[in-house]
Amino acid sequence: MRTVPSAAKRGSLWKAIVKYRVLIIMTIPGLLYFLINNYLPMFGVIIAFKDLSYTKGILGSEWVGFKNFEFLFKTENAFIITRNTVLYNAVFIVINVVMAVTVAILLNAIRRKLVSRFYQSIILLPYLLSAVIIGYLVFSFLSVEFGFVNKLILEPLGIDAISWYSEPKYWPYILVIVNAWKSIGYFSIVYLAAIVGIDSEYYEAAVLDGASKWQQVRSITVPLIMPVIMTLTLLQVGRIFNADFGLFFQVPMNSGALMSTTDVIDTYVYRALLQMGDIGMASAAGLYQSVLGFLLVFGVNAIVRKVNNEHALF
Amino acid sequence: MIHLLFLVYIAATVFPLLLVFMVSITEEKSLLIHGYSILPHQIDFSAYRFLFQDSHTILRAYGVTILVTAAGTISSLLMTALFAYPLSRRDFPFRTGMTFYVFFTMLFNGGLVPWYLVYTKYLSIDNTLLALIIPNLLMSGFNILIMRTFFMNTIPPSIIESASIDGAGELRIFWQIILRLSLPVLSTIGLFSTLAYWNDWYNSLIFISDAQNFSIQYLLNKTLLDIQVLLSQAGNSGQSQLLANAPTETIRMAMAIIGIGPIILAYPFFQKYIVQGLTVGAVKG
Repeated sequence: MRTVPSAAKRGSLWKAIVKYRVLIIMTIPGLLYFLINNYLPMFGVIIAFKDLSYTKGILGSEWVGFKNFEFLFKTENAFIITRNTVLYNAVFIVINVVMAVTVAILLNAIRRKLVSRFYQSIILLPYLLSAVIIGYLVFSFLSVEFGFVNKLILEPLGIDAISWYSEPKYWPYILVIVNAWKSIGYFSIVYLAAIVGIDSEYYEAAVLDGASKWQQVRSITVPLIMPVIMTLTLLQVGRIFNADFGLFFQVPMNSGALMSTTDVIDTYVYRALLQMGDIGMASAAGLYQSVLGFLLVFGVNAIVRKVNNEHALF
Repeated sequence: MIHLLFLVYIAATVFPLLLVFMVSITEEKSLLIHGYSILPHQIDFSAYRFLFQDSHTILRAYGVTILVTAAGTISSLLMTALFAYPLSRRDFPFRTGMTFYVFFTMLFNGGLVPWYLVYTKYLSIDNTLLALIIPNLLMSGFNILIMRTFFMNTIPPSIIESASIDGAGELRIFWQIILRLSLPVLSTIGLFSTLAYWNDWYNSLIFISDAQNFSIQYLLNKTLLDIQVLLSQAGNSGQSQLLANAPTETIRMAMAIIGIGPIILAYPFFQKYIVQGLTVGAVKG
């Protein structure tokens, strides 16, 4: 008796495969790509529990349990890179939201659309530049011998030149400024799109009631774009353990002297793997990052779903 | 008042770019005295002249970037559309499972080490142009979901049904109907893909050690860290005399301008699509 339904099911599965064979074939390149680029590396995380030897291969290498993690957390690096990653990202998120929403509101207040569009295209420009180029731009300011800051600001003021690329204490400010320069334009365009979508009747009614510009912003604009603000912020919070590799690698020019304030998990993993050749440490730090990030995405989403189901990401 | 704020903001955005440009056209000796100044004391184009005389390295890197960008963008668009279309078909029985397969790649990743080992030890594509095209850049779950949503929202199922009744096969429907009706989303995603390939230096950093396959961005990266990269490559063509007194400081910045140039020049034409694309991305899929 039991075999009958399952056989029928198998039959219908087979029928579905035959019927949709062309569509299935269309998905094969994509399925294979994600298998290679994403799913194989996911299974590869077992490297973190192994003493990898190239001759034995990944599966043949010896298991060492949590040894790699022990080594990682015995150094103070684990703490420094986690602290740096989380703190920088937290500051970036707050600054991005506050500044970008402000800029978007101001852009929306400009009556002449041509002028507004001109501003938009300029402020979006940094978003299109690669981290390498941004590294150059920062270098033109901070070069010790010829940089704009040392030579044209500090020297005329009679202040001694600062060797920016070997003084860690300035870098939290530099990186925050560079990140703001790079991303605020992008986020404000996204928020502006949300603001433009607000029904103009709300504002007309508010004007009739004698609401000031500021009151309109506070009681109409901000509440109505809150869902977009929430979604974008949550996406960033979910990725708080993932640093912008380009920013932290290119802008400080991978300078060893700056590591205490510029090293983040991503740059650490890169150096451990490709510059120090310490695969155990690199894979342990990488898995640590992936697991924390994964848990965080789910945690954040679960909380949001409880508070307001509509804002949940999935 | 608002305009004053925006003028300040715009000045802050443009100033670093202008500074790099001005340095690149400054006479080297005056630069050594006055530093990187926004108003050159003496204008001189010898950095560019030098770069064009020894253009071999740069032209080669440009060639690599253009080839990779073109091949990458086309294959990326094609593969993304091929995958997104079945996922958009409400009658396709495997769509839920496959959508989750794509979505999960956005939630969890195995990290750099296993990813690196897959491409270097198992596929052995390091130091080939494939390493600049395939890893991470070829397909993204995000783009697939955006394209799928576009197909679902803009192409009425009745069109597909009636074409199918008229005897059109799935491939023909995809090729002649779906793609034709989807030019907006194809151009937006194609544009973002072009930018991603053009700006990419990460894959070069991870996978490429052979100077033959340096992309323009990676060559720039190498030049910033060590100007000798440019000089050592030209050394074998018997120009070392010229190189000994090359204006290295201004050359560096001229390199940056050469890297930014195409984007700035093309920006006015594609700016509209970028804004469109960002807006699409903001809407929940």
